[in-house]
Amino acid sequence: MSDERLKQVSAIRRAMIRPELGAICGTILVFVFFFMIAGDSGMFSPEGIQNWGVVSAQFAIIAVGACLLMIAGEFDLSVGSMIGFAGVVIAILSVQWGLPVWLSIISAFIICVALGALNGFLVIKTGLPSFIVTLAFLYILRGLTIWLSILTTRQTIIGGVKEVAQGDPLAWLFGGVILKDLFQWLGDIGVIDTFTRGSRMGQPVVEGVPMLVLWAFALIIFGHWLLTKTRFGNWIFASGGDAQAARYVGVPVNRVKILMFMFTAFCATVFATCQVMEFGSAAADRGLLKEFEAIICVVIGGALLTGGYGSVIGAALGALIFGVVQQGLFFAGAESSLFRVFLGGILIFAVIMNTYIRRMITGER
Amino acid sequence: MSTPLIEMDNIEKHFGPVIALGGVSFSVMEGECHCLLGDNGAGKSTFIKTMSGVHKPTKGVMRISGQDVVFDSPRDAMEAGIATVYQDLAMIPLMSVTRNFWMGREPRKSFGPFKWIDFKHANQVTMDEMSSMGINLREPEQAVGTLSGGERQTVAIARAVYFGAKVLILDEPTSALGVRQTSNVLATIDRVRKAGIGVIFITHNVRHAMAVGDRFTVLNRGQTHGTAKRGEIKPEELQDLMAGGQELAELEGSLGGTI
Repeated sequence: MSDERLKQVSAIRRAMIRPELGAICGTILVFVFFFMIAGDSGMFSPEGIQNWGVVSAQFAIIAVGACLLMIAGEFDLSVGSMIGFAGVVIAILSVQWGLPVWLSIISAFIICVALGALNGFLVIKTGLPSFIVTLAFLYILRGLTIWLSILTTRQTIIGGVKEVAQGDPLAWLFGGVILKDLFQWLGDIGVIDTFTRGSRMGQPVVEGVPMLVLWAFALIIFGHWLLTKTRFGNWIFASGGDAQAARYVGVPVNRVKILMFMFTAFCATVFATCQVMEFGSAAADRGLLKEFEAIICVVIGGALLTGGYGSVIGAALGALIFGVVQQGLFFAGAESSLFRVFLGGILIFAVIMNTYIRRMITGER
Repeated sequence: MSTPLIEMDNIEKHFGPVIALGGVSFSVMEGECHCLLGDNGAGKSTFIKTMSGVHKPTKGVMRISGQDVVFDSPRDAMEAGIATVYQDLAMIPLMSVTRNFWMGREPRKSFGPFKWIDFKHANQVTMDEMSSMGINLREPEQAVGTLSGGERQTVAIARAVYFGAKVLILDEPTSALGVRQTSNVLATIDRVRKAGIGVIFITHNVRHAMAVGDRFTVLNRGQTHGTAKRGEIKPEELQDLMAGGQELAELEGSLGGTI
């Protein structure tokens, strides 16, 4: 018995009405806007694209972790502190203790993912909101980071990583660029500008694709595939949608949630490692406020704060919007404080739009 | 007479000093709909949870097809073919019908180390099972939130049946539904029963029970007041047993027999 009150839905509408719709519209709007106000400022030259591309990729890396965790029904507010902590761990182990850089990186990953598991374990065992548990870790990790750094070097910045990372078998995976030859060729044929003076004369102004950007794409593709195509992805949705109903049909909700906390910590460590390799140093105040920026990206991308609904592609577009707006206002020569005004505006706009779209899809009232 | 699919023999369940169930006996035969009636607080929920493996009985024996069993978890009960459809926890509204239907048992395809859900197969089976229950979905990807309450119960029932339930426990499936949706769910119960599955239908609505029940057991303050076959008992008597007699009879008088 088909319900005569349900209208037939056209293919176009079906293709349009999806969780990412708000973020897609936002992305188009933001690009159109900056083409108009900053089109001739170099924002869309290869150099400019690299500039906002890298910033967006940074947001995307932590947004993918935050997105999957939020869909599983939890938050992690310790992401920013985790970034600072992971960086300082790598720097202390490699520069101060003289361990090989690859071992330092692996150690940082193990420690941070274990901390992520601890976060998850505490949330599951105590039944407290993850908001509170990870807020505690926001302070604990930041404090530990500063203390460790001052204890070993009497400073909050530890430099010298670049020197010890020379020729390391793992460090190249997080720093540096690939496709150098392609970009050199593009420079030679004149597609990309080349330096006309100095020691790098003849080299293209954009060396290649930074590894950071590659990490962002890899994590986005992995996250999207995991969430939408696999059994585990279905369990992520189920754990966030209604944990009790999911348990009744045999979904291992606790395991799913703890693994997502670990994945978020993994993403934070990727971010931290790339940053340390790029700057050649670690600083105790790195990653400040990143947890909120990640959550903003995810929410712009159409995820529901209470879990059970969202999209990795949406979160990635949220990161792109965030990066383009932040760097674009700089290119446009706008007052930098206006960035926050703009961001707040986009956030409200995106959330209102996403709420409407979600209601259309899920029949919420 | 054949052996019951599930038999609960003199089950007691104590929570500290509280005796929630004080010796309840109950059984379901193949292809039978056994209605368990009781007012709020009668011990229905405790009894269902004991059958579905959430609680362990303090005293008494459970038998599945004549064999003594002890369930340590809901998972054990599920594996023994006992599926429970809870009133409000049946479905996750934000997820699609297919995702809900297969939740926890997603069919997979693999290539090397990669495994992914076989959505083509999953969608096809979902559509087929739903239409065999009399619900034509617009598309299997539509969210469960867009379905009516009765349809959600039906999806949950279809899911339990598809995954090989021998005994289906329905926890007040009709209590939150309108008239038409209720009749749909009752029709589904009838269809499931005809397929040879034993249905335990929990309700406090005598009329819904009378519509599909083969046998009726009334639970009151943790005790059973005996089991009656269809045709042996009148709705009014069931109503009286459920409420424990007197007061309701008086109330019924003053309301003109409308309850």
